[in-house]
Amino acid sequence: MATVTSRVALSSARSAPIRRSRLERAAPALFILPAVLVVLFISIFPLLMSLFLSLSRVRFAGGAVRFEFVGLNNYRKLLLGSEQKVLFGVLDMPSPLGWVLLALVAFGLAWWIVKGARRGFPIGRIFASAILAGLAWLVVSTLFSEKGRPGTLVVTMLYVFVGIALQYLIGLGLALLCAQQLPGRTFFRVVFLLPMMITPVGVGYLFRMLADTNKGPLMPLWVALGLQDFSWANNAWGARIAVMIGDLWQWTPFMFIVLLAALEGQDVEPIEAAIVDGANSWQIFRHITLPAILPVSATLILIRMIEAFKIIDLPNILTNGGPGTATETLTLYAYRIWRALDIGGSAAIAYILLFLVTFFAMVYVRALRARLVNA
Amino acid sequence: MMRAFFRSSSPFRPSPFKMLVSYFILGAWALLILFPLYWLFITAFKLPAAVNNGPFYIPFVDFQPSLHAWEYVLVEIGVDTRRMFINTVVVALSSATLALIIGSSAAYALTRFQFRPKLGTVFVFLACVALAVVLSVLRVPWQLAVAVAIALFIVSLFTITRRFTRTLNNNDIAFWLISQRIMPPVAVVIPIYIVFQQLRLLDTWAALIITYVATNLPIVVWLMRDYFMSIPYELEESAQIDGASRFRIFAQIVLPLAKPGLVATFLFVLVFCWNEYLLSLFLTNANAQTMPQAVVAQNATRGPQWWYMSVLVLIMIVPVIGMAIALERYIARGLLVGAIKG
Repeated sequence: MATVTSRVALSSARSAPIRRSRLERAAPALFILPAVLVVLFISIFPLLMSLFLSLSRVRFAGGAVRFEFVGLNNYRKLLLGSEQKVLFGVLDMPSPLGWVLLALVAFGLAWWIVKGARRGFPIGRIFASAILAGLAWLVVSTLFSEKGRPGTLVVTMLYVFVGIALQYLIGLGLALLCAQQLPGRTFFRVVFLLPMMITPVGVGYLFRMLADTNKGPLMPLWVALGLQDFSWANNAWGARIAVMIGDLWQWTPFMFIVLLAALEGQDVEPIEAAIVDGANSWQIFRHITLPAILPVSATLILIRMIEAFKIIDLPNILTNGGPGTATETLTLYAYRIWRALDIGGSAAIAYILLFLVTFFAMVYVRALRARLVNA
Repeated sequence: MMRAFFRSSSPFRPSPFKMLVSYFILGAWALLILFPLYWLFITAFKLPAAVNNGPFYIPFVDFQPSLHAWEYVLVEIGVDTRRMFINTVVVALSSATLALIIGSSAAYALTRFQFRPKLGTVFVFLACVALAVVLSVLRVPWQLAVAVAIALFIVSLFTITRRFTRTLNNNDIAFWLISQRIMPPVAVVIPIYIVFQQLRLLDTWAALIITYVATNLPIVVWLMRDYFMSIPYELEESAQIDGASRFRIFAQIVLPLAKPGLVATFLFVLVFCWNEYLLSLFLTNANAQTMPQAVVAQNATRGPQWWYMSVLVLIMIVPVIGMAIALERYIARGLLVGAIKG
């Protein structure tokens, strides 16, 4: 008995360091593999499968599912065929203002390419500029023209870019106010956080209640303005603005909370020195505070941009994409097509969205963020 | 006297005038936030008539509060509500916890070890997955297709991929993991549905948890990677000299130091999982439904039942708001470090 015990003790004593070092050697793989496996399982396979689906027509026949390879037909239908009006909208000759905007975009892109040309042939920038110019043309000829009507692509970009700009500016303003030494500011910090915690579905219904011109709490206001019979849900811009207000209400807090932390984490010494030198508060903001929070802002905007492109719950609940398809986003569009059992078409829309988000994220990271972070 | 009103007593204390303006703006925004929530709260106590006959603002004055909606949600359909609430709690808590564990260990690995996966391996792997997709679409049983793909991958691991010399590095892996967040759920929800259907996991907690972990991993890796970068390496080195294993160092030194980041990330992911609607709509139909679906279900054929919805939304937000208030001081600090470099 004693010998057995001692042998066990001996062997474990001898093998322990070996086993440990083997485990130690495997440590890097053990740390990272779970994440890699989960992502492979749930995204690489589905992504490839989706690509295949977007190239095929899926039919449901008596409980069985049949895939029929149709090549680029789904994309052709979206980009050139019957669905083009939904995706791109109705294009028209831009108004004078539209031409001015277009010229500004063209000038900016040209300048960007020329600047890039100093470091070799700017093939990436030319490619990106071509896509950006195309998108700008699409935006201008649907939004800044007489008969133009924006499609889901433009509406999605409208929500993303206008929404994020407003959210950032309001979030920054509130954060600047809250960063002062105000008694009771903890109250504001907690209250401003609340909308982020509510399910987007709930926010959708909440804003539908609030926006009701007959039974909602703002009824006296609508009556005073003579708008009690005005139905924002039947007006394209009314509905779009309602969606944007809901999104603004929900996501400004995210901007606020991170910017506030950035402002509070700032060095006070440069500000003190500037005050001693007689700088006014705008100069302090422009030359000290803004450069200090730019890196955080750059990442913050990137996070929000990636999330905002996927907006679906709010327009789905608030307006159901309507009137017509006026408030429909790409995700909602894909969802609607999916419900109509056109799974191939739905996958094709999803791929167009994936391309769009990836494109904007890459351009943003390459062109803007690197500069902002190093600023 | 008037001048003093506009002048501040210290550089960092705003003047009384500035303070007044600040309070006015902050108060206005607080009102914009709180009024919708107040409306939600009182609608939960209204009878249908008090909702449908125009706006009534103040309980006991404008309208008589009633508990009918609460009774309906908690008693009449109480079994369903309880089931959905439990589903939401279980799914959100376990997804957030798992995502945090898996994601932060990956983030730790990416900041402390050097990885050099061969580019060839990656390409061969993708080719094998594509092969499995094509085979399973061509009516080959998926089990067989997966087996063939794995066998091919292992064979080529020892043959073809050895010839490739180009490697990827940690930044590539991190970018790849983070970029998964770009993927819109609609793009992958149909294949995910098919996968879970084949695994007979549809309408279970497991399906939702696996999906939520995968969709939220990028956020965890993104935020925690920068947090770990900000933690000095010297502590770990001295622990290593004392003979502590990697796992002990991670669990007993690094994680406690990263607590604000962990708490903020956890809360962030928890809120995403708690409120998620689209994926849950696709992947569940009866047993595993979550609370957002309960809210939408009140949009019945008779039109939206605002009073029931308000009760359900209130039930949903009280726990997360409680957590948010309790953890408020961590949120800002934790998110900030993650956001500096990205």
